[in-house]
Amino acid sequence: MTDLAIETHGLVKVFGSTRAVDGVDLAIPRGGVHGFLGPNGAGKTTTIRMLATLSTPDGGTARVLGRDVVREADEVRRRVSLTGQFASVDEDLTGRENLRLIGRLFGYTGPGATRRANELLEAFGLAEAGDRQVKKYSGGMRRRIDIAASIVVTPELLFLDEPTTGLDPRSRNEVWDIIRAMVGSGTTVLLTTQYLDEADQLADRISVIDSGKVIAEGTSSELKASVGSGSLHVRVMDPADRAAAQQILVRELGVEVREGVDPAALDASVDSSTVVTRALGSLDAAGITLAQFALGQPTLDEVFLALTGHTAEPEQSETEEDAA
Amino acid sequence: MSVAAPTAQKHETSKILSALASTERPEPPGPISTSFTFGWRALLKIKHVPEQLVDVTIFPIMFTLLFTFLFGGALAGSTVEYVQFLLPGILVQGVIMITMYTGTTLRTDIEKGVFDRFRSLPIWRPSALVGMLLGDAARFTISALVTITLGLILGWRPQGGPVGVALGVLLLLVFAFSLGWVWTFLSLVLRTSNAIMGVSMLVITPLTFGSNIFVDPSTMPGWLQAFVEVNPVSHLVTAVRALMGGTDPGNGIVLTLVSSAALVAVFGSLTMWRYRDPR
Repeated sequence: MTDLAIETHGLVKVFGSTRAVDGVDLAIPRGGVHGFLGPNGAGKTTTIRMLATLSTPDGGTARVLGRDVVREADEVRRRVSLTGQFASVDEDLTGRENLRLIGRLFGYTGPGATRRANELLEAFGLAEAGDRQVKKYSGGMRRRIDIAASIVVTPELLFLDEPTTGLDPRSRNEVWDIIRAMVGSGTTVLLTTQYLDEADQLADRISVIDSGKVIAEGTSSELKASVGSGSLHVRVMDPADRAAAQQILVRELGVEVREGVDPAALDASVDSSTVVTRALGSLDAAGITLAQFALGQPTLDEVFLALTGHTAEPEQSETEEDAA
Repeated sequence: MSVAAPTAQKHETSKILSALASTERPEPPGPISTSFTFGWRALLKIKHVPEQLVDVTIFPIMFTLLFTFLFGGALAGSTVEYVQFLLPGILVQGVIMITMYTGTTLRTDIEKGVFDRFRSLPIWRPSALVGMLLGDAARFTISALVTITLGLILGWRPQGGPVGVALGVLLLLVFAFSLGWVWTFLSLVLRTSNAIMGVSMLVITPLTFGSNIFVDPSTMPGWLQAFVEVNPVSHLVTAVRALMGGTDPGNGIVLTLVSSAALVAVFGSLTMWRYRDPR
């Protein structure tokens, strides 16, 4: 037995000449949310498909909840569940019929499946929409029925593939609340996302994936710390003062001070807050008025930029499947 | 944002927690049970999308009328005469034509992601496909009933009686179920519905027209006769014609069952091989 929810060594998946997943090593403990962060086409979905036994690895090994995904695929399927762009419900059926269908397939009797379906519809705020065809659901309702279908029998491990892509902020918050509730009940969640704030909000630990490889791993704070330090953001009241302010900050902080896109903004990476206090004092002494200043940890966007040399925003729109 | 209704939100979260707290793990169902559950899904889809019955009613009506009146006078002297010969064959053709929709239905499931949900479940793997084909049997039965009814109106009088007709339909359903595995395999190999339709037509056209459905093969050139002889559809038509006509089906039934078993063995295996990792 092992305490790891997921353990992979050199996992590889090749589509034609593309190595969609190129030697991924993971050791993810049970409990909490583990985030897979990366742009479109990074290999997140392909990795999850292999872990959920939907696709066979071309190289390496993967164990999920202690079971090999190839040799003990049935055992894995019994314990995991998945939701996302690739595991959906039947749009032609109603929400209730979909849940009953899954319930029956898990071995519930007719009345048992109906009872479980009603319970889940109620819990996910879909009781009134239960007899409507899923294709008539809104984006948020659609995502909730997808998640409900994944927990008809409570899984030990839930794969959530980009659960909030395309949702409005309100629906997104609802999904986040659901994920937190699931984690609270002891389910391990593996979440893929291309949204930095989502990983920041939900994930205890994050694996940053780019071009089929894990390029960094740790807690959100660890990842931020690995980039260096915190960052100082300053906006001067009068953009004409910016050059002078930049000179003073460079002198006081001893680091590079970058000009922001905003003609009044300056950014700098700093190591300690004491030098910042001194620098702000010098600006004041030089008669430069500040509109705003903030000292914070670097954003995950900055982390991503530092790790990969490009931002996390999707540069190309093709999906991973298109690489096949 | 959820701040709009914080109490309602909390309420919901606690309900989700209690739904998750369910540790009920029912006994895993067997292959037959899961297959029938998927068959039930196919019937639900017919209920919600009744348009999919258009093909199973229009095709057989169109074919039966067209070929009865097109060939009837020339081939058999009268349409009533010809319909006695044609009807069992056109019944077979109608059903075989609509089996190919199985492939496009499966492709839609794959594209919409429903299929991957099913593949992720701890069930006997072929059951989603078996259930799909079982559900299709309902569509085939409707097609057969439409053709039979129309035939009776046109003057078809099967000497085999209701039992003979029912046995003929049953044999046809067995063959159609087996042929379905060809289309499931195609839909796992080909990437678009159009490609599946195209290849299906290429297979179905020679199978149905290069058979004894429309005319007695004795007037055909030797090479075509040879093809008709080995065409499993010919054996099926011979058997169905005999069962419905109340004559001796000879080895038609056995040959049909053998070719059905061969189709399942070959294309069922190929399908399940692709099913593991379809891309």
